[in-house]
Amino acid sequence: MRLILRNLGFYLLAFWASITLNFVLPRFMPGDPVSRMFAQAQGTMQPDQIAQLRKLFGLDNRPLWEQYVSYVKSVFTGDLGISISRFPTPVSDVIGSQIGWTLLLGGVALVIAAVLGNLLGIVAAWRRGGVLDSAFPPLLIFVGSFPYFWLAMGALYLFGVSLGWFPMRHAYDVGLTPGFNGEFLSNVATHLVLPALTIVLVSIGGWMLGMRNTMIATAAEDYITMAEAKGLSPSRIMFRYAARNALLPSVTNFGMALGFVVGGALLTEVVFAYPGIGYQLLIAVQGLDYPLMQGIFLTITAAVLIANFLVDLVYVRLDPRVRVR
Amino acid sequence: MEPVLEVNGLRVEYRGDGRTVVGADGVSFSIGSGEIFGLAGESGCGKSTIANAVTRLLKPPADITAGSIRFQGRDVLALDARELRAFRWREIAMVFQSAMNSLNPVLTIGEQIVDIFTTHERMRKRAARERAGELLQLVGIDPGRLKAYPHQLSGGMRQRVVIAMAVALKPRLLIMDEPTTALDVVVQQEIMAQIRDLQRELGFSILFITHDMSLMIELSDRMGVMYGGRIVELADAKDLFAGPLHPYTEALMNAFPPLTGPRQELTGLFDAPRTADSCGFHVGCPEDRSDCSMNIPDLREITPGRWVARSKARSSEGASR
Amino acid sequence: MTAIDIATATTPTAPVSIPRRRGLLRQLTDSKKALTGLTLLALFALLALLAPVLAPGDPSFINSTGSQAPSAAHWLGTTAKGQDVLALTLWGARSSLFVGFTVGLVATAVAIVVGLAAAYFGRVVDDALTLVTNIFLLLPGLPLLIILAAFLPPGTSTVIMVLVVTGWAGSARVLRAQAKSIRGKDFVAAAVVTGERPLRVMFREILPNMASVVMTTLLGCVIFGIGAQAGLEFLGLGDSSVVSWGTNLYWASNDGALMTGAWWAFVPSGLCIALVAFALALVNYAVDEITNPRLRNRRARRERRG
Repeated sequence: MRLILRNLGFYLLAFWASITLNFVLPRFMPGDPVSRMFAQAQGTMQPDQIAQLRKLFGLDNRPLWEQYVSYVKSVFTGDLGISISRFPTPVSDVIGSQIGWTLLLGGVALVIAAVLGNLLGIVAAWRRGGVLDSAFPPLLIFVGSFPYFWLAMGALYLFGVSLGWFPMRHAYDVGLTPGFNGEFLSNVATHLVLPALTIVLVSIGGWMLGMRNTMIATAAEDYITMAEAKGLSPSRIMFRYAARNALLPSVTNFGMALGFVVGGALLTEVVFAYPGIGYQLLIAVQGLDYPLMQGIFLTITAAVLIANFLVDLVYVRLDPRVRVR
Repeated sequence: MEPVLEVNGLRVEYRGDGRTVVGADGVSFSIGSGEIFGLAGESGCGKSTIANAVTRLLKPPADITAGSIRFQGRDVLALDARELRAFRWREIAMVFQSAMNSLNPVLTIGEQIVDIFTTHERMRKRAARERAGELLQLVGIDPGRLKAYPHQLSGGMRQRVVIAMAVALKPRLLIMDEPTTALDVVVQQEIMAQIRDLQRELGFSILFITHDMSLMIELSDRMGVMYGGRIVELADAKDLFAGPLHPYTEALMNAFPPLTGPRQELTGLFDAPRTADSCGFHVGCPEDRSDCSMNIPDLREITPGRWVARSKARSSEGASR
Repeated sequence: MTAIDIATATTPTAPVSIPRRRGLLRQLTDSKKALTGLTLLALFALLALLAPVLAPGDPSFINSTGSQAPSAAHWLGTTAKGQDVLALTLWGARSSLFVGFTVGLVATAVAIVVGLAAAYFGRVVDDALTLVTNIFLLLPGLPLLIILAAFLPPGTSTVIMVLVVTGWAGSARVLRAQAKSIRGKDFVAAAVVTGERPLRVMFREILPNMASVVMTTLLGCVIFGIGAQAGLEFLGLGDSSVVSWGTNLYWASNDGALMTGAWWAFVPSGLCIALVAFALALVNYAVDEITNPRLRNRRARRERRG
């Protein structure tokens, strides 16, 4: 229990750090941001937008401390400002409309990669020297070396453009109205294949290797020898004794892997023009929509922290040694 | 009566990067029914290797390259995987050195005992749990602790759990590899008493491995002393204690000097690895080493039941030490 | 240590052993994996250095019609704008490798300082540094990268700085763990007691014993540097006037190479990134195998395991 509370405090601290970063960055930015934006918008900005920006950059004449407090307060009440590029929609609305797609893409890809990768790792470690152990790791390292977005481009080109098997952009066909019906759902599914496949291919190597190495180290432990001496069946030893213990470091890595998957999903969304918040972030950057950019950054950070917290809960459930302290 | 365990000329090699180290060489001994056989020697002499070899638990790079192991007449080395699994624990069970490490940290001890019954006797979970409770009572632990995890028990309790697990299927032979080394002296005595009680009640044979000679002499019927992968002396425990014939045995016994008595100079033990072509044993070599084969000599029966590793030249001296 | 003690069981987090019998370098050159990796790296370095010789002139010079498939005149074809892809790829190696290795070195240097300090001084310093490290580890990398790059003026030095800021934490954690385990050893305690100055203890006693871990983290940081730089540039946040593998891909995407089927415009640069990253990973894997003998591939010694 104490472990969870301590981690929770830590997550809150990390969140506070990102809020502070958000606050500090625009105010200490070298160069002249406002005139850059004017140049970009070519003087077509409305007075409300300008006021918003001035507040963001701290150019309104309030003392720094007061600005900070009001910013932190507004974040915790869900007010992330008004988007410049989609004026006058509030940032939180823009994010809210897109975040579902990212969760879908990231979630599906992460689960498939983690489950499949761990299983492959367990089997590879159990059959040392077999096909899985010798051929797969170098192959997967190679595939894992590809930059996410490059693999996405390749997949897009091969399966989308050349072979035409899968759709190339967006989450569903233009013109199709969203709804919980079979047609829409299957449409979403086909659009999901290529982006998810890309993320799975690049990340699965990491899972497999990690699990394999942990399993090998676990297999050398005394309780495995004891289990063999007891005459238990190989599959029982592999799962209940070895894998169950090897899972623990894997679960810990899951938390860290989340950060990477977010990055990968982001780039993949860009290539496939998948309407998640990753894609949204890029458009915000290109349009110099600072409030939206910052809002997305905070949202992604919060999501990663929450996910880590959930992983901690799972870990405590799995490892009895941290439970009764 | 047929011996429970008969080991003949066992040779175990460890193949490393380009060099081969002999873990055990030409080891032969037998254990009778209900007999407690002690195997003593310093760390690295090969006793654990023998223990693991008997149950075929040796892991690469270790390999059994010669010799035979017969359990009640059955050839252990010829068993296939399935037979081996059935054979293990039912016929031979093992108590490992450090109980904490030999218990799975993420399963309760109840689950780990139940594992034995569900695998070997195809019991249902509830029946198995009852039997597990009875087992714990046998070693003096409250059955309520079945739900505990290994890290929640004390060192002595964990060792007793491991012993309980070992006798679960009433095996004919129990191999105990330094069962009390990791425990403090007080708990050590309790565990030893527990082992003695169980042995008297259930009548199994024991292969007891330790470096603590004093402990072993108390418990064992017969003893073997190992050095550099070979047995250098083999005799009844009482006879060995009364008059060790091999210099190494003497040195080992002197490593545990008595609390009272005249002051003696402690003899050291020469610690050199034994490879395929060097003896590493330089205690008690005669001045004239012309007939030194660089090998620890084979065991020779000096008197009925007493075996000593002596070269031909010295064996004529007889039991004159 | 007697000869019988082979591969004693240790927990997965046991500190890495230093191979004593043959030098690390010797063992590396014996390993097939390491040799392949190092050869690849050397090849790329060579190509990058010789770019002005192999493809003279300014690579972004438009000297042909757009989107031509590979031919005798242009071995890798031309981009949509009409530039020679081969020249772009060769010249791109310079920036990508330079930035990648610089980021790797600087990030590792920062990680070493943080790790050693945390391990040596312990307690408050350790707690504070660990906290900072963990925060950086937790915050999602790419979004942080994007935010930082968006607010700072574009340019190569910005890219390097931003990458170092997001990349040092992972290595710092690993190095701290290793340094701590060495710190606990007797020879370090002896050095401290005899009055050796902290800096000397850290850099002359602890650090040399961590050589293999430092190498592994360095390689990891370089991989990170090359990949993340490419990612940033692909998103348009790098310095788009510089020729590098990432910007090549950026332009390929922007100019619609994908849609027009001009695969030659984006395959070479991406493949180069992949090959370099793969080479580094191979060397890393080899170093891992050497220092952790259990991971070595054991051939069919399993028959007797029963």
